[in-house]
Amino acid sequence: MPKFKPGDRVRIRVGSPPGHFRTPTYIQGKIGTIWTLYGAFRNPESLAYGGDGLPAQFLYCVCFDQTQVWEKYAGSSQDKLLIDIYEHWLEPV
Amino acid sequence: MPRVHDRGGWPEAGPINKAEHDYSLWEKRTDALLVLLTSPQKNVMRVDELRRAIESIEPEKYEKLSYYERWITAIEALMIEKGILTREEIDRRVEELSGRVD
Repeated sequence: MPKFKPGDRVRIRVGSPPGHFRTPTYIQGKIGTIWTLYGAFRNPESLAYGGDGLPAQFLYCVCFDQTQVWEKYAGSSQDKLLIDIYEHWLEPV
Repeated sequence: MPRVHDRGGWPEAGPINKAEHDYSLWEKRTDALLVLLTSPQKNVMRVDELRRAIESIEPEKYEKLSYYERWITAIEALMIEKGILTREEIDRRVEELSGRVD
């Protein structure tokens, strides 16, 4: 069962594991809102080394205010950033 | 400090070049090579492995390579890692073809 549902507030975990991961540094530690649950997909952190990627991880689209992501954001305060993040990179707020 | 491929928010990286450009033949061939190697029929490698191999390119070299140069560098590294080709075989073939003009 997925841990989160649309509307839940989440924080992106901070980390730089030695291998491959798909959570960019700029979004780590930021707080956003679950937008969509895409489903469960094989874990790229294992697939990147020839592994089977199992257990599959839930993948979400997470929504952020751009002004929260970029300290000196010059665009509209309404601007959003949508980014795909695997569940093991999310923690509840 | 983020690793070299993790570019988001690097102020010194400068603006993105948004100009359209044509792909050269070798770039199209590199793309086709990846499609072939990752196809379910061949299943030689995964795109996640390509990404990992690109991220493993030494940072100084990474900065000097173009987009598809990174791809072909990573594909070479993976073929060697998987024991499908050797460095010597690749270098010999490049040598053989180096006089040829497409």
